[in-house]
Amino acid sequence: MTPSLLIVALALLSFIAFQIGKARALSVAGGARGIRDLHSLPGHYGMLAALWAGLPALLLVILWVSLQDRVLIAIVTSHLPASVMALGQDGFTLFLNDVRNVIAGNIPASQVSAEAAVAATQYVRLQGYSRMALTALAFAVAVLGLFITRSRITPELRARNSVERVFEGLLFLCSLVAVLTTLGIVLSVAFEATRFFNIVPASDFLFGTRWSPQMAIRADQVGSSGAFGAIPLFAGTLLISFIAMIVAVPIGLFSAIYLAEYAPSQVRKVVKPLLEVLAGVPTVVYGFFAVTTVGPILRVWGESVGLDVAGESALAAGLVMGIMIIPFVSSLADDMITAVPQSLRDGAYALGATRSETIKQVVLRAALPGIVGGVLLAISRAIGETMIVVMAAGLAANLTANPLEAVTTVTVQIVTLLVGDQEFDSPKTLAAFALGLMLFIVTLVLNVIALYVVRKYREQYE
Amino acid sequence: MSDSAASVDSLKTKVPAKTIGDITVPSPVFSCRDVDVFYGDKHAIKKVNIDIARQQVLAMIGPSGCGKSTFLRCLNRMNDTIVGARVEGQITLDGQDIHEKRQDVVQLRARVGMVFQKPNPFPKTIYENVAYGPRIHGLAANRGELDDIVNQSLRRAGLWEEVKDRLNQPGTSLSGGQQQRLCIARTIAVNPEVILMDEPCSALDPIATARIEDLIDELRESYAICIVTHSMQQAARVSQRTAYFHLGDLVEVGETNKIFTNPQAKLTEDYITGRFG
Amino acid sequence: MSSTNNSAVKSAAETQQQVRNSLARRYRAERRFRFYGFAAVTAGIAFVVFLFGTIFAQGLSVFQQSYVKLEVFYDPETIDPAGNRDPDDLVVADYQALVRAALREEFPQVEGRPNLRELYGLMSSAASIELQRAVTANPDLIGQRQTLWLLADDTIDMVLKGNVSRQAREDERRLSDQQIGWLNALEQRGDLDLRFNRSFFSNGDSRDPEQAGVRGALIGSLLTLLITLLLSFPIGVGAAVYLEEFAPRNRLTDVIEVNINNLAAVPSIVFGLLGLAVFIGFFGMPRSAPLVGGFVLTLLTLPTIIIASRAALKAVPPSIREAALGMGASRLQMVGHHVLPLALPGMLTGAIIGMARALGESAPLLMIGMVAFIVEVPQGIVDPATALPVQVFLWSDLPERGFVERTSGAIIVLLLFLLLMNATAVWLRNKFEKRW
Repeated sequence: MTPSLLIVALALLSFIAFQIGKARALSVAGGARGIRDLHSLPGHYGMLAALWAGLPALLLVILWVSLQDRVLIAIVTSHLPASVMALGQDGFTLFLNDVRNVIAGNIPASQVSAEAAVAATQYVRLQGYSRMALTALAFAVAVLGLFITRSRITPELRARNSVERVFEGLLFLCSLVAVLTTLGIVLSVAFEATRFFNIVPASDFLFGTRWSPQMAIRADQVGSSGAFGAIPLFAGTLLISFIAMIVAVPIGLFSAIYLAEYAPSQVRKVVKPLLEVLAGVPTVVYGFFAVTTVGPILRVWGESVGLDVAGESALAAGLVMGIMIIPFVSSLADDMITAVPQSLRDGAYALGATRSETIKQVVLRAALPGIVGGVLLAISRAIGETMIVVMAAGLAANLTANPLEAVTTVTVQIVTLLVGDQEFDSPKTLAAFALGLMLFIVTLVLNVIALYVVRKYREQYE
Repeated sequence: MSDSAASVDSLKTKVPAKTIGDITVPSPVFSCRDVDVFYGDKHAIKKVNIDIARQQVLAMIGPSGCGKSTFLRCLNRMNDTIVGARVEGQITLDGQDIHEKRQDVVQLRARVGMVFQKPNPFPKTIYENVAYGPRIHGLAANRGELDDIVNQSLRRAGLWEEVKDRLNQPGTSLSGGQQQRLCIARTIAVNPEVILMDEPCSALDPIATARIEDLIDELRESYAICIVTHSMQQAARVSQRTAYFHLGDLVEVGETNKIFTNPQAKLTEDYITGRFG
Repeated sequence: MSSTNNSAVKSAAETQQQVRNSLARRYRAERRFRFYGFAAVTAGIAFVVFLFGTIFAQGLSVFQQSYVKLEVFYDPETIDPAGNRDPDDLVVADYQALVRAALREEFPQVEGRPNLRELYGLMSSAASIELQRAVTANPDLIGQRQTLWLLADDTIDMVLKGNVSRQAREDERRLSDQQIGWLNALEQRGDLDLRFNRSFFSNGDSRDPEQAGVRGALIGSLLTLLITLLLSFPIGVGAAVYLEEFAPRNRLTDVIEVNINNLAAVPSIVFGLLGLAVFIGFFGMPRSAPLVGGFVLTLLTLPTIIIASRAALKAVPPSIREAALGMGASRLQMVGHHVLPLALPGMLTGAIIGMARALGESAPLLMIGMVAFIVEVPQGIVDPATALPVQVFLWSDLPERGFVERTSGAIIVLLLFLLLMNATAVWLRNKFEKRW
């Protein structure tokens, strides 16, 4: 049976187990009138039987399927003739690709080497055995679970408590997914990055000023040709984020102030959602906007005042990114401003402060930690933003502070290094993970600080 | 509660149309005539007439929701900040209508300071809290003058000795009673003519309350003070005149001694003797 | 308190004068400040208008496409010389010859190979594919004549839509003067017209702008979102219920909480790296598949859904919990019977907003290879596929003028879906929002 069919079959079996468990509970209770003698409702007994029949078998299937491929490949590899083993790292990878393609039916066996064809046949045969074994084992576990539970059903059995413990466990697992995700990010990205740092020293990466990851094709040039100094990328990222902040922070902050403190409620009701529309627009749309509209406009303006603006200038990418971040800043600032208690405003008004004096010196002053936190979050977003810069910023790793020139960013390079055909072990690919690790660490630090500041601020006025 | 509500209802019919007692004083600082306040549809203050005397404390008492705080907020137009609030009638400050077009609300509030129920120091240092008013109004020509104003204000609020060594600490680091005295210092730093106090001691403990009450008594020499209070003892202790509000009506005004010993209106008597409220 | 003689204490009148003196300056500052706020709001609105304005101005024309009316003769000599109507032969027959013959009939005066080649260049290669479909579906057409509107080449389309001027230099408009002449002739006869663009909604990707459509990307996006929804909603709700209703206050749950908040702010591309390293690198799942895309977007949207679901649970008043527990319900029964049904609309709203975010997401999909040139419409969750925003990215990079319009058109489709989802969320919230 294929794994998906097996899961359907197990679900069916669980349903049957539910009915059996329920019937058994009714019979030990001596019919419907005896239900009050049971510890739990008959349905709970049924559920317990269903869980015991279904869950262990399901876990077995998931574990088996996720490991099956690696085990089978290992077995097939161990039976390969010496000629294949002599191919070397790259040759072997290609060989395995051939084998996989034959297995998947993408190419007929006649088009690959005889060894690969044999290996593929062996794999398919082993896969057949493996599936048979899994089917038998899963059913055995399920039926065993069902019968043991059925024999345990007595009026005293605390079926509801057991069922609920299982459900609580499942809920706990759900909440653990988030932790596992973080763990997965840290482990996988850090693992690949470590491999990168084994090839390229971390100091070259962190402090080098030349970035040209195109590796030479011949093996003897590795290390002598590619340059992995990430400083130009960091500088480019900062430049674009800085431009974005120059656009987003004043506009976002002032529109939040205007909408919260000045605008009549009808205006606020219309304008606020209108600005928030900007937050719902996919970033790829901003990227397109930057390339087709803002970039050319800037170039024409530049020409008219005698400035040479690059086609993919940092300015265009930064401006558009700033527009994207406006609603983010304004809604955070709005939250912070409205959280300032009215009593503080009253205090200032009662002293005869004008509205702007109250806002500038009391409201903003009180909301400052929250706003700073919000701006930090916005910076973290700008640094991690990908599509706008991939589309509107360049690939050239220029180390410059001139916003009219093209710069590249960390995210652009990750995308460039990883999109398209690639081998998994080249420094080029691994460099992307090293960059990803940097990105993750920097944004994480910013987020942790920002969330801490914002939370402290909220607590102050709660 | 239902009991007293019923009795209030039965009394309501006997409420006189006009306020009992003498509403006028010689050379009043505030003079209010036929003042109505509406919150949307709610008629919160009904045709109130009263004068406020200089260098005297006027206490406003009455059961919760009777409109005394609302009336207080009319005097420096703090009701402007509440959406849907509407004030009608005439309120004059030194003979000038405060609702007149020419009247600047910023200037009005510089003349009529206010202290709130809950201490609300700004999230700034103690010094900056007091210096804020003089700064925005441009009352000090230089740093030295400003220092003098802060110093004087804190002294007059009786806070100087406690905070002179930590003027640069946040105002929120003070205790509740100190915070309230800081708010008073902040108010007098602007050199107002009238100080409005909206239950200034309701969030404080008895000792802090006693200090504020002493302070009010001292400040009376320089300012007209209007205080809203829930505590009849406090009204009796600090005020020279007392006004009794009931459901938006000003029922009775008079010398504090007279109000507390010999109230004219039945409602006032019931309230003072503790039959409701 | 004997300080009344100090110079700092001024008379009230003096103070009043000082206040009055400061007023003009302060009100100027007030107006200036207010203007800044107003300018910021105006700028924000201007950006919205400008952004949508340009996208719609460039993209609305995509819903129409240039078609040429040709009288096609299904010549048996050309497509079925054997005369046996064998389906295998019919599929591979030379339908292009039919289109060319029809064009020659339309312009009998054109002679000579180079001129004829220019003439054939008026039509899209999709025209012959359409004829092939028609014949294989209905072989009885062979030998008959039929008047059809067939797809024109994208260069024609651009001229007809006014994106390229007829007066432009010959090399700029990518059409020869001769072709412009034919174009004018066809237009005068009413044989060239803009009609509703079917192929944009029925085709997958293509190298030819006039044939490229969003169907493949749309199906890819829907499959990906389906996986995302099926995984992230139950897991997200489960996690929220655990944290809100069951979790003891201890170090572990604190870690989970902080974790979820931080995960919500991790750049999306990092999730792509995770998907590449774990799902494709470690578990050996197929590249470019909606299945893996769905997994990655699940992890990406999970924090959003958990946070929204927790807010929905928090909004259920404790009195209802106490009532249920007081009746002797277990915690799980309390949650299942009372709390969850009340919180469900809020959770659904959160889920839809999460899905809208997932629909617009492209960076992580680039990482897991959903960025390939794929003509076929995906049939299942492990077929290679792309997604709508990624299609926008791919098309935006292409040089042909026709793809600018396609890109904007794809964006409009994407925005319409987002609008639909957000409107549903708002409707749901308004319909079920309860004030306790």
